[in-house]
Amino acid sequence: MTTAPTGRAAPGPAVHVAGLHKRYGSKQAVDGLDLDVAAGEIFAVLGPNGAGKTTTVEILEGFRSRDRGEVLVLGEDPATAGRRWRARIGVVGQDSRDLSELTVSETVRSTARSYPDPRDPDEVIAAVGLEDKARTRTRALSGGQRRRLDVALGIVGRPELLFLDEPTTGFDPQARRAFWQLLRSLREDGTTILLTTHYLDEAAALADRAAVVRDGRVVALGAPETLGGPEARTPLVSWTEGGQVRTERTAAPTAFVAHLAARLGPHGAPDGEVPGLQVVRPTLEDVYLGLIEAWDETPGRSPAATDHGATDDGATIPEAAGAAAAPIESPTAAGPTLQEQR
Amino acid sequence: MSTPRPTTATQPAAERPPAPPARTEPRLPGVLPLALVRARVELLGFLRERDAVFFILLYPVLMLLIFSTVFGSDGLGLVDDAGREVSFARYFLPGMVATGVMLSSFQSLAISVAVERDDGTLRRLRATPLPPVAYFLGKAGQILVVTLGQVAALLAVAALVYDVPLPDEPGRWWTFAWVLLLGSATGTVCGVAFSSLPRSGRSATAVVTPVVLVLQFISGVFFMLDQLPVWLQRVAEVFPLKWMAQGMRSVFLPDSALVLEPSGSWQHGPAAAILGAWLLVGLVVGVRTFRWRRRDDG
Repeated sequence: MTTAPTGRAAPGPAVHVAGLHKRYGSKQAVDGLDLDVAAGEIFAVLGPNGAGKTTTVEILEGFRSRDRGEVLVLGEDPATAGRRWRARIGVVGQDSRDLSELTVSETVRSTARSYPDPRDPDEVIAAVGLEDKARTRTRALSGGQRRRLDVALGIVGRPELLFLDEPTTGFDPQARRAFWQLLRSLREDGTTILLTTHYLDEAAALADRAAVVRDGRVVALGAPETLGGPEARTPLVSWTEGGQVRTERTAAPTAFVAHLAARLGPHGAPDGEVPGLQVVRPTLEDVYLGLIEAWDETPGRSPAATDHGATDDGATIPEAAGAAAAPIESPTAAGPTLQEQR
Repeated sequence: MSTPRPTTATQPAAERPPAPPARTEPRLPGVLPLALVRARVELLGFLRERDAVFFILLYPVLMLLIFSTVFGSDGLGLVDDAGREVSFARYFLPGMVATGVMLSSFQSLAISVAVERDDGTLRRLRATPLPPVAYFLGKAGQILVVTLGQVAALLAVAALVYDVPLPDEPGRWWTFAWVLLLGSATGTVCGVAFSSLPRSGRSATAVVTPVVLVLQFISGVFFMLDQLPVWLQRVAEVFPLKWMAQGMRSVFLPDSALVLEPSGSWQHGPAAAILGAWLLVGLVVGVRTFRWRRRDDG
């Protein structure tokens, strides 16, 4: 097999990560993370702030160096991959603040020029719902419109693999639904999507598979509807009896409720109804919170990462972090050597 | 070797493995077309930022107006070859041209690259297949256009308002061209190199402006060099602005004005050497220190 990029028909996973480590000063941001994203799927990375999601994604995008571990993105090592590789990925980062006097249309068009086989800029602008704003300067866009422009810039190059870092933060519910629809249509076009999100309903609605990351490693992996195993999803029946709310976890809620109705029928529920009856299936969010809680109570978990929450996924790791960064190679020989330095 | 190759039409297809499907992967766009795209983007962005256009484009013109008004029209007591009195406006014009070149190359780039690093513009560009060289060539293209506009405005004001005679010898315009281009290129690479110094986009202006101001005061832009103490003249000789201003004086002033030069010569050789040295130093430092992301960004 050649090492040259093989184009859209690239075999194997879109992303392969094994034993990834990254340390900032005294904080082990990524601690032996393993991940495989299949070509064509929407893969969600879930986890609390400081879990190492953004650091991991930025290593995959080629923005950050890694301490050790194996990383292949579209068959290449992001730390050394060149222009042709960048033409095959799309990046929608977190927190974009660059505002310009250029219009939406000018911005998308000029970005498209860098790619060998871009999408039609007008179609992309329409796909993210910014047709009405095509002639508006980007400085004048609202937060949600900015985010949609970010997405437009991320997909205009017709990427095989799209990275989305918390893409719908600040969207209103309607815009989120429209955005999900856009992602589904991208998947239908064969785009692989790696998404980090805080919204569990987003992962449940979109993702083919999801990984829960905690303390820099994957603590659960699977389709959103199977994450955490069957026990985590056992329905919860609650009702009122003797003036008190009572609950029961059961895998057979129908039988349980029938039994309950029969037991309470004569005296507790004269009309045949069980008072305060609820049958709740845990949402992905309940499962997720349970997973995080269970991991935090695991004896022997890495103490290095207990300061989570102090930083937002390492995106704002202070000064000390700069020292840990290493050079990123320039893709063009004549270009400047890019060096991270203090 | 001499056997003529059979034409493909007669070549039995079975002898070769079936031709792979034509390589459909389109070529990456070239560096030069992308540099033009970037230059257009930079220029549009610059021209639409009206306050920046005003100050960068018109600052040297304003300074020329102020200094010429303050010192009046009585002149320096020198006459040129045509017997014309050398006015203060004529004396200050070269310094303003030099300072304008420094502002639109060094100052504007040092600030804009620092801001673009801070606000994520560079990071976003880094995620695309845009070659870094195209980004920098785009910046250089924008600077060249802005500098030419600025210098044209200065010369027009000097000629129309203050009746400053413009040179009529091709040799002087040649000096003008190389000092302008070399000075602009030096300012560009030094600006990129300097942009790594400010810790954030917000502090960029505060870090860059004093450097520019001090250089203007010690490099013979606002004062004649021989009014400065000798040690300060020595300090100014280390930096490019002094040599740009002196080179420009050799374009617009008659040789009789050499009596005002401490060295008694226009020193074209040393000027080219020192500007060239800064160009190289700026290039090496810029290439070694350039960052796509903020300093605190891991």
